[in-house]
Amino acid sequence: MQLYIVETIQLCMKYHSLNGETDVLDNINLKIKEGEFISIVGPSGCGKSTLLSIIAGLIKPVSGIVLIEGNEVCSTSLKVGYMLQRDYLFEWRTILQNVMLGLEIRHLVNQENKEYVLSLLKTYGLYDFRDKYPSQLSGGMRQRAALIRTLAVRPKILLLDEAFSALDYQTRLAVSDDIYSIIKNENKTAILVTHDIAESISMADRVAVLSKRPATIKSMYDIRLTCKKKSPLCSREAPEFKEYFNAIWKDLDIHIN
Amino acid sequence: MNCSKEHIEYLKKVKKKKIAIFSTQILLLAIFFVAWEIAASFKIIDPFITSQPSRIVKTMANLYNQGVLFYHIGITCVETIVGFISGTIIGIIISIILWGFDFLGKVFEPYLVVLNSLPKIALGPIIIVWIGAGPASIIVMALTISLIVTIMEVLNGFINVDEDKIKLAKTFGATKIQILTKVVLPASFPVMLNALKINVGLSWVGVIVGEFLVSKAGLGYLIVYGGQVFQLDLVMMSVLILAAAAAIMYQGVVFIQKKLGYDLHNN
Repeated sequence: MQLYIVETIQLCMKYHSLNGETDVLDNINLKIKEGEFISIVGPSGCGKSTLLSIIAGLIKPVSGIVLIEGNEVCSTSLKVGYMLQRDYLFEWRTILQNVMLGLEIRHLVNQENKEYVLSLLKTYGLYDFRDKYPSQLSGGMRQRAALIRTLAVRPKILLLDEAFSALDYQTRLAVSDDIYSIIKNENKTAILVTHDIAESISMADRVAVLSKRPATIKSMYDIRLTCKKKSPLCSREAPEFKEYFNAIWKDLDIHIN
Repeated sequence: MNCSKEHIEYLKKVKKKKIAIFSTQILLLAIFFVAWEIAASFKIIDPFITSQPSRIVKTMANLYNQGVLFYHIGITCVETIVGFISGTIIGIIISIILWGFDFLGKVFEPYLVVLNSLPKIALGPIIIVWIGAGPASIIVMALTISLIVTIMEVLNGFINVDEDKIKLAKTFGATKIQILTKVVLPASFPVMLNALKINVGLSWVGVIVGEFLVSKAGLGYLIVYGGQVFQLDLVMMSVLILAAAAAIMYQGVVFIQKKLGYDLHNN
């Protein structure tokens, strides 16, 4: 039993182009326990998405290692599910075919998994739309379908890359509330990258603030809120919310000029 | 469903316009042929060099009675169909290879541009010498013309597939072949169908020019032979049949495109 389900050790990343090289990440050390919900906030372009891609195994860091359940990551791990900013549902597939995509790619299409997918569709209100096409669904429904597609392969760790940013504000609140309960019910570990401070405080157990490029972890906040039930909508009403918000906003040190 | 009075009026108006357009189209066609016939009969134009509808019909009947009318039409159509279908399929296969091996794709890029710029018809005499006079070289001509255009269109389509959809597939650990079959090919289906549509037209050009050069059969042959012996009836008849056949084939591909496009994208 590993102490940490996800661990990054002295992670560094550079981008090379004809214009020169850019230091993106510098000495990122993260330790995440199973079942934790971590949020990573930082100024735009500081490398948050790059960090997620490295944890997901899509790109290799320049130095440092990522451990998932104690094993070093060298390619995409079967234990990791990655939810991108947009749903990227395939227009030529029905909703059911879309959510089965991950299972298809991993050669895990069987009766049991198919039933699991159908039950997820039922639970999250998309069962009646399973034979419809993405163009017939609203933005919020599409994002829910994208989440089901990610959950279908039963990942232990969920990476959410600004997964709610492409939605309008009202849908965003509803969908993040939904997805939070799904993640907690299924007892997944989650890493949410976002630029929305309120979102990060309301959903996460801990919030890591990244500095400007080359990004390091400037500060880490343990989020303890008093609220009736821990949900993104209720957390925003907790008295401590404002303090965390102000502290993180100050940390981000964003200057408009 | 209850339609309001205004809606019924609207539908009537739309239908009226459609009928008006269609009748005018038929009328234009009729006037064209009637005017042609009359002008030729009254020697306003010289039927020796323009021919006339009645003589065209007679020529068609003659050829039919000799049993060769559908033979000529058939040969040209078969050459064209085989040419553009094989050109499209081989073009798609080559595009897949050039997409799959990025290095190869970059290496061949300038050569493809040159081959695309070269009018493939100029290769006609070479093809004929290497393959010999006959339907085979004509099909190869049609194939060559379709091939290069297909590669450029389809390869470009592959490269332009949404990068993020490919990233999504990679997050599940998809191999390059899975990315090809699950993302790139389905996403490029409209591009491939479009290439097919373009190739139909190009193939006809290749086939007719090929028949001009070396054939003893087909619509192109009839056109060039008729021209050489000043039998303009033969030439005009062949051109009209050619126009009809090409239009039908093109519409056939459009029909397939619509049908499959509907199934795939449900629009």
